[in-house]
Amino acid sequence: MRVTLHNRNNHALSAKRVPRNIQGMTTPTDGSRVATHCPYCALQCGMTLSHETDGGVSVAPRGGGLCHKGWTAPELLDHPDRLTAPLLGGRPADWPRALDRVAEAIRETQERYGPDAVAVFGGGGLTNEKAYLLGKFARVALGTSNIDYNGRFCMSSAAAAGNRAFGVDRGLPFPLEDLAQADTVLLVGANPAETMPPMMRHLARPDLVVIDPRLTETAARARLHLRPLPGTDLALANGLLHIAIERGYVDDDFVASRTTGFAAVGRAVAGYWPAFVERITSVSVADQYRAAELLATGNRAILTARGAEQHSKGVDTVSAWINLALALGLPGKPSNGYGCITGQGNGQGGREHGQKADQLPGYRRIDDPVAREHVAKVWGVPPQSLPGPGRPAIELLGSLGRDVKTLLVFGSNPAVSAPNSAVVTERLKGLDHLVVADCVPSETVALAEVVLPVTQWAEEDGTLTDLTGRVIRRRALREPPSGVHSDLWVLRELAKRLDAPSRFPDTPSEVFDELAAASAGGVADYSGIDYARLDAGERLHWPCPAPSRPGSADDARPVPGQRGPAGAAETAGDARPASGQRGPARGHSGTPRMFAGGRFATPDGRARFTAVEHRPAAETADTGYPLLLTTGRVLTQYQSGAQTRRTSLPGRQEIELHPDTARRFGIGPADSVTVTSRRGSFTARAKLTESIRTDTVFASFHWPDRENVNRAVNDVVDPVSGMPEFKVCAVRIASTTSEDN
Amino acid sequence: MRVVIAGYGMAGARLARELGGRGAEVTVFGAESEAAYNRVLLSGLLAGSHSETGVRLPPPPDNVDIRLDTPVSSIDTVGRTVNGVGYDALVLATGADAIMPPIPGLAPSERVMAFRTMADCRRIIEASRGGDRALVLGGGLLGVEAARGLAGRGMRVTVVHAAEHLMERQLDPAGAAMLAGTLDSIGVASRTGAAAVAVDQSGDEVRLRLADGTELSGDLLVVSCGVAPNIGLARRAGLRVNRGVVIDDRCRTSDPRVYAIGDCAEHDGHCYGLVGPAWEQADVVADVLSGQEGGYRGSRQVTRLKTDGIDLAAMGVVDGDEVVSFADPVRRTYARLVIEAGRLAGAILLGDNPTVGDLVRMFDQGEPVPFDRRRLLLGAAAPVAESADDETVCRCNSVDAAAITSAWHGGARTVEQLAAKTLATTGCGGCTDTVSRMCERLGRTELSGVRS
Repeated sequence: MRVTLHNRNNHALSAKRVPRNIQGMTTPTDGSRVATHCPYCALQCGMTLSHETDGGVSVAPRGGGLCHKGWTAPELLDHPDRLTAPLLGGRPADWPRALDRVAEAIRETQERYGPDAVAVFGGGGLTNEKAYLLGKFARVALGTSNIDYNGRFCMSSAAAAGNRAFGVDRGLPFPLEDLAQADTVLLVGANPAETMPPMMRHLARPDLVVIDPRLTETAARARLHLRPLPGTDLALANGLLHIAIERGYVDDDFVASRTTGFAAVGRAVAGYWPAFVERITSVSVADQYRAAELLATGNRAILTARGAEQHSKGVDTVSAWINLALALGLPGKPSNGYGCITGQGNGQGGREHGQKADQLPGYRRIDDPVAREHVAKVWGVPPQSLPGPGRPAIELLGSLGRDVKTLLVFGSNPAVSAPNSAVVTERLKGLDHLVVADCVPSETVALAEVVLPVTQWAEEDGTLTDLTGRVIRRRALREPPSGVHSDLWVLRELAKRLDAPSRFPDTPSEVFDELAAASAGGVADYSGIDYARLDAGERLHWPCPAPSRPGSADDARPVPGQRGPAGAAETAGDARPASGQRGPARGHSGTPRMFAGGRFATPDGRARFTAVEHRPAAETADTGYPLLLTTGRVLTQYQSGAQTRRTSLPGRQEIELHPDTARRFGIGPADSVTVTSRRGSFTARAKLTESIRTDTVFASFHWPDRENVNRAVNDVVDPVSGMPEFKVCAVRIASTTSEDN
Repeated sequence: MRVVIAGYGMAGARLARELGGRGAEVTVFGAESEAAYNRVLLSGLLAGSHSETGVRLPPPPDNVDIRLDTPVSSIDTVGRTVNGVGYDALVLATGADAIMPPIPGLAPSERVMAFRTMADCRRIIEASRGGDRALVLGGGLLGVEAARGLAGRGMRVTVVHAAEHLMERQLDPAGAAMLAGTLDSIGVASRTGAAAVAVDQSGDEVRLRLADGTELSGDLLVVSCGVAPNIGLARRAGLRVNRGVVIDDRCRTSDPRVYAIGDCAEHDGHCYGLVGPAWEQADVVADVLSGQEGGYRGSRQVTRLKTDGIDLAAMGVVDGDEVVSFADPVRRTYARLVIEAGRLAGAILLGDNPTVGDLVRMFDQGEPVPFDRRRLLLGAAAPVAESADDETVCRCNSVDAAAITSAWHGGARTVEQLAAKTLATTGCGGCTDTVSRMCERLGRTELSGVRS
């Protein structure tokens, strides 16, 4: 394995990929190079892409770091697997035929079963423009309420809890640079050293307290690592608040003047004394006190990620950590606060522009009459023509083949990434029509009747919103291969064929301007942002309202081009501290730090405590299924792996288990192991490691078919957010080595 | 479904909350005038670490009718009414009372009190203000907690215990000796094997005479000699009682419409007197009464004492075939684990034991113990590997030491050049020091003329 890694490493460094100047801080955008961002996670590391003389594309970081994924991203551009022609029933077809077929399928389905029988499934990796246009396409061109996206599997619990507490959901309400000024950072179910390594540059100074059932790369760098039983973070959070109250760490002034609801939370956590919490979580009483003491003073931040959120009580779990942050008086203070670490590339923007079942652009609620009227006006359609709230992802996937007969998938691979994936795959097969837009032949593409080949990041312009709510520019270095079109063009062509009663522009800046107008006055207000400002190097975090009409919900925006020269070079390096704006001073300077002055986005300006109680995971270990399965990512792969598995990035599926557990179940060091839950099984090689609890096994979620961990994962969901319980289910394990031989 | 709960302690309050939340029509009669509080935290109240409001339990939903200061004196099991309120199901959660042993002169007073209720707690705190010497009669868990709390208030405390060592139900002699040493270090003396024979409350102090003729005196005396389940109501109603009210696996008494939970109940011969089992029983009754599956199969008991200076966990049996132990008298750390059939059957852990959380879990779940028993005492830590050539230096970019060495020999002589060549350090930056050291080492190696 080591030798293979070494060889692969050399391969990855073949001549055309070696960067000329990895320190390149500033990169003008000219014909040969372009300043853009990594295509993968929500950190969106700045990178410069350059044409090499041999026709290849090279990568260099812009000021910050890059992990292995970023460095190897160009490998996919001219990959032999690249989809370069539409497929109809698995055979290449020309675009007009493919698009006609999709339009025909939509018409047939809707005539026979009604508008909601066609559904759309989007993705958190889509640009803001695509996410926006996809939401508009569903509501206006299809007239269906059924649109949701894979961000449901990602950000939904933190989003619901953030809205509940602060009246707004922005992953990090402060720039990452603030974390370097913190004294203590508590990471709950977050493993950035593995999932977004360059983020660790901001976490080098503070003491880290890491809560994770595994001794992860991040936990290994922590001052204190707490290892709770999967599914018990909520009890631990309530327990730490109990200690904070007992020890007098609560910021009484902040609680009294900036919040509501503390009394009920205080009563609730009175029931979480340390010994009781120890019994639930297996985190020792002494360690609970150690953690609380580290959080007692100084600049402190509490960050959650999927480990805390992907549970059937994910929203309440996040609320419990927010309660702790509020009691300690952290939110709104510089270099303090609560945040959630967004996962997917556009996990933040992807949830703001209307591809979520219950939302319209600007993070508006689709059942809010004022929001409907505003957005309908921008779209030029009657408000009553907009459908109501649709079904959240798991419910939507559960309807496939039942009352949903045709599904359009953009930027997602649910055949691998959805929980209980074998069943989801069967449902996808049971559809009358499955249409998938992607750049590589993913496992969902393999099931599709119509496949539409679309552009990759280096071939398109657009914006994404990073994990701090900053709107950033993606820029095209080169033209897409012939036969490949952008998702925006696909939506425009389909809308045309469906006689949609609104415009569907396919120029990214034009879509952005419409998006900005639609978001005006909403929670996530982009109306003061345009490409010209971004291209001039301004660092703009939403909300960023247009100055002339702050919060105004009427009128349209000026047409693009009136705001100064577009396409100016971005000269800003990403390592520069985020202190206000740069470039020509025009308009609102954005909101890098929210809640300044301690005012929150709630009607009364106060943050809201929510009393929450621990409850067991939907499945706990029992005699039939004596272990717990938890899932996550590995550094060298991304999401369903459809892209990263095709590059030189190393890695393969491994089932991590403790040597004692292996001995208990008769599993040898390199055995093939089958993990079985009440839903299904997956099989992969064992990796014995003392970094995991003896009652828990771990596998990553990047692998298809028989290695797909999601075959076992529980599709029970959080009642508020619809988040599935990816992080804990009961399993049994057995060696399958002998069967293989 | 009309449910009446007799008793508003930890068990009754839990059940009222659960059932109220599920929409049942619930009436609760509480004998105390207090809103429900967390009895477990009374030692914290005594020690001054918790406030009275900090130990209150969350109130049930508004649809629950709570009648404080209203004890239940009789049940009409035929007409199915309690205090005039009709019921479809009645749940006894009457708790237990502190035992006052029959010792001449031992009677509650301003200076002599039990340690059981919030009112007791207030009395102890009040009495502690008038002096600096306290006596605690009884060296079980609650006696030790009371002693710790009083010591935390600056009192000199002596625990008097009839058995040969402290907490004899949970501890072995060696563990108890270690505990006595720990207590001594925080100002709590203990006398074991000491039977109290008389109490004299005349004058302005309390004097306790022991069987060997010794006389101890203090400004107050806290009596912590165990509790007795409150079964009078059940007995008068003709329900089957033993030490407690006898219940089956659905927490039903001998009358199928009457249930009992918590300290007053006896299941399979056990009166637990602990909150864990009480809450489990409350949850079972909530499920049974709302028509769900539910059964109680007994609880595993873990005794936990954690205050400043004392960290004690005790569970299960004290002795068995296989005993693994560790003692560090200087740091007052002690561990004694009893293993039966490959499972943890009991444990005594005193002081800083890194595995206590895992052992509690292992005991609760009946998980097999590891083959190497030392893990039970020391826990497992991933060994940090030395940097050998096949070791990964930069995880972010999958660069191993061999690749760095090879890049160096290929002409990359600075960290920056090594980074450009291998991509090491360009991710999280955490390996920059390592790469820098390797760079220096490789330089020295070449200067000395040795090529690796």
